[in-house]
Amino acid sequence: MTMNAIAELELTNVSRRAFLRGLAAGTFVLAVRISPPAFAQDRKYGGEAMSGGLRDDPRIFLSIADDGTVSLLCNRAEMGQGVRTSWAMVVADELEADLARFKVLQAPGDEARYGNQNTDGSRSMRHHFEPLRRIGAAARRMLEEEAAARWGVPVAEVKAENHEVVHGRSGRRFGFGALARGAAQRSVPTREALVFKAPGRFRYIGRDNVSLVDNDDITTGKAVYGIDAQIEGMAFAVVARPPVYGAKVKSFDATETLEVPGVLRVVPIDAPAIPSAFQPLGGIAVIAENTFAAIKGRSLLRLQWEDGPNGSYDSAQFRRTMEASASKPGKVVRSNGDVDAAFARAARRVRASYYIPHLAQAPMEPPTATARVTKEGCDVWCSVQNPEAIRIDLAKRFNLPLDKIIVHPLLLGGGFGRKSKPDFASEAAILSYALGGRPVKLTFTREDDIQHGFFHTASVERLEAGLDGSGKPIAWLHRTVAPTIGSLFAPNARLEGAFELAMGAVDMPFAIPNVRVENPEAEAHTRIGWFRSVSNIPHAFAIQSFVGELAAAARRDPKDYLLELIGPDRLIDPASMSDEWVYGEDPKRYPFDTGRLRRVIEKAASEAGWGRKLPRGHGLGIAAHRSFVSHTAVVVEVAIGANGVLSIPRVDIAFDCGAVVNPDRVRAQLEGAVVWGISLATFGEISFKAGRVQQTNFHDYQVTRIDSAPAQIRTHLVTPTGYDKPLGGVGEPGLPPVAPALTNAIFAATGKRIRALPIRDQLAQRT
Amino acid sequence: MRRGYRSPAPVCAIQRAFNADKSVNHNDNVDRCFAFHKSQERQAFVIHTRSDEGREPMSTFTVNGKTHSFDGDPEMPLLWYLRDLAGMTGTKFGCGRGLCGACTVHVDGAAVRSCLTLMGNIDGRAMTTIEGLSPDGTHPVQAAWRDLNVAQCGYCQSGQIMQAASLLKATPKPTDSEIDAAMSGNICRCGTYPRIRAAIKHAAKGA
Repeated sequence: MTMNAIAELELTNVSRRAFLRGLAAGTFVLAVRISPPAFAQDRKYGGEAMSGGLRDDPRIFLSIADDGTVSLLCNRAEMGQGVRTSWAMVVADELEADLARFKVLQAPGDEARYGNQNTDGSRSMRHHFEPLRRIGAAARRMLEEEAAARWGVPVAEVKAENHEVVHGRSGRRFGFGALARGAAQRSVPTREALVFKAPGRFRYIGRDNVSLVDNDDITTGKAVYGIDAQIEGMAFAVVARPPVYGAKVKSFDATETLEVPGVLRVVPIDAPAIPSAFQPLGGIAVIAENTFAAIKGRSLLRLQWEDGPNGSYDSAQFRRTMEASASKPGKVVRSNGDVDAAFARAARRVRASYYIPHLAQAPMEPPTATARVTKEGCDVWCSVQNPEAIRIDLAKRFNLPLDKIIVHPLLLGGGFGRKSKPDFASEAAILSYALGGRPVKLTFTREDDIQHGFFHTASVERLEAGLDGSGKPIAWLHRTVAPTIGSLFAPNARLEGAFELAMGAVDMPFAIPNVRVENPEAEAHTRIGWFRSVSNIPHAFAIQSFVGELAAAARRDPKDYLLELIGPDRLIDPASMSDEWVYGEDPKRYPFDTGRLRRVIEKAASEAGWGRKLPRGHGLGIAAHRSFVSHTAVVVEVAIGANGVLSIPRVDIAFDCGAVVNPDRVRAQLEGAVVWGISLATFGEISFKAGRVQQTNFHDYQVTRIDSAPAQIRTHLVTPTGYDKPLGGVGEPGLPPVAPALTNAIFAATGKRIRALPIRDQLAQRT
Repeated sequence: MRRGYRSPAPVCAIQRAFNADKSVNHNDNVDRCFAFHKSQERQAFVIHTRSDEGREPMSTFTVNGKTHSFDGDPEMPLLWYLRDLAGMTGTKFGCGRGLCGACTVHVDGAAVRSCLTLMGNIDGRAMTTIEGLSPDGTHPVQAAWRDLNVAQCGYCQSGQIMQAASLLKATPKPTDSEIDAAMSGNICRCGTYPRIRAAIKHAAKGA
């Protein structure tokens, strides 16, 4: 469902392997790509461009037992997006198998064998739909060939259907189980020889009521998440980490800690140099016979820290710094036409500035890993989005060959970007090594998770438009200011990466003749990381709020105004918008299709009853955004009660991600995206004082609960365009328009424009 | 139905009071809330004290009908006993402060947060965890959760299911606002709330 996007594309002359090895060594310098080779002929896109590439050999992923049970090795982390179920649906369909006879197993970390395993960027189905179909179709063909050979008939006369191969003329049939051993010995058909099912014959793909493969385990407590790993003899650890990014332990006294019954050892972990990439932050680890003893022991540590250069980080002050930066020109990252000349002749100019603070992913399962490190090798059991990153880190750290590092991925209790960083697995391994090979389960408490994260960037987005006499923009100037994820890797990285800018800032599709996007500098003072939807959140919030402001300035209906800005249906070449990234996809396969954006807007509006008469205190707001090569529009209805109490009777979300494989999970992701968007808009804030995160747990880092969730979330899937067209992402693209649709609705209800998130008590202040 | 945004759903009366008072430091709130729960339990249950030999007295209780005994640190929360000592990992750690509900179990039939339930206070009590909610996973709430594909990542759902089972026991046909009130202590970051509401109603219908 989430997101890593610092792609290999961001690195010049550095392979991903070398990149991560470099991170581990701490000597690596990121070469941020400024001007990429413009779509060189041999350039790869999509899954083929990811580290490890794609695999479609059925022998790697499928096995069929004598009783016909099909085991499918799932190569992507399950973190709630339903990938284990959806992958099985695709393979079962092309295999002509019975999904009820599928067992889904999790592939260990090994990109050389399994291809790319980094579960982020809303890519798991987008990149793997076609390879999965090939896996199923190839295995079906092998079963058919085996049956035909046994019967001595041409393969054209046999056909797989519902877990059997049937010889039509004689009515003879073999179950898949009876054929499996022989079929496995046959050669895998070439890609060209594969015959795919016609979409009209799909039994699972596109079906809306497929039960999750993990439903039984989840509802009975048997599902095993990373935190549930039980390795014989394991000890339990927590770490007291530096409260400031880059701080070091000045002194510590563990006398009382060591008196706690069950506490085994206190182990200092060196703080890395900053920028520290994915390295653990260092600190003092407490290892005990159970988690509680470790937590209790840690609370008794006497610790003094040397804060270092980030000890003065104050996020309120930093907001003013970013606002000052946004008031001046910055590096031009997109320019079309002549913005300055158009401003000079504009009938009026409208300007607004928007702010979104740092956010923490706070998955319900905090970061956790269990590791066993011996001279022979390492085993790590954990919930992780990117197992290969752990392998590369530990191979370097313990000077072991990569094949001695075994990562056993377990279910993720949510990821949202936090678990694409392997720092917690490194900590567990360091501690197991310190204990001479005893397995150690390392757990982040919720306080650790909130205070020592890789936070969503904070940002100021300043927008200015020049309108002609009719209220139509003729000039558009966007200054985006936000610390970059690149600052994790490169000292003094102050500009957004191409992948951040192409999350909604430069790939702005409005039919405005004069456009300039600038990126003034911002310095990072904490670790900036991927967060579900990443930079699309601030960019969409600012742009879609600003459209609402312009519509109000022009006294126009916001939906009509938005559609007019998008203009006539057309395919926009991403390069013409200086979008050099396109989510790693081929820009020819994935041009910006404004017609698809228009259709989701119209769908959301009509389903929401846009323009209907509303009770007093209610308002409708609309926003739309394309991200992860999918298209989303959201209409939020708000009700503002006495003293500014906000409630949300209804949200309509319309979505076009191309062909839909598992409609139920797409709907679930959209429902989740709405709740997530409402949550960050109403409550979400991580703030810093003296370099320290001010929030600690769910009482002060508030998230949406059931009583503050919308009363109704209605999802509308816009009709697929066909299964032969490229798929879009699902996990993230639902989210970006939610917050601006909400604040646009608040404006409609109250006339109050929210320009800084979270909303928190801004509505109460006005009364 | 009113869905207030300005304070999160309180999980206990004292926290509700503290949350209403903006002048109070939230960190203190939690500590006081934590202390409150401890004191409540201490009033309700027998308090064990260290014996002269320095050994903790043995307490005996049941989990899913099986007898367990414990003579370790009486301040250890039941959560960590279940997960780390008994190896029963269906009950999840989410916050450790009674703020998220992931660790919800039943003690003598009532839904409680196992992260705030101390081992010193459970002698003689009967615990039910998600693993023991029904012998074969067919409790109406479990079935409804499967029928509606409620789970996304599923991590919080043990706690959600235990809380919902407790709600339906007390209120077989809950209204929307009764559902929201009963379930507001259970956080789901995946955002499965619409389906949780629907599944509780589905289970209520089937019951």
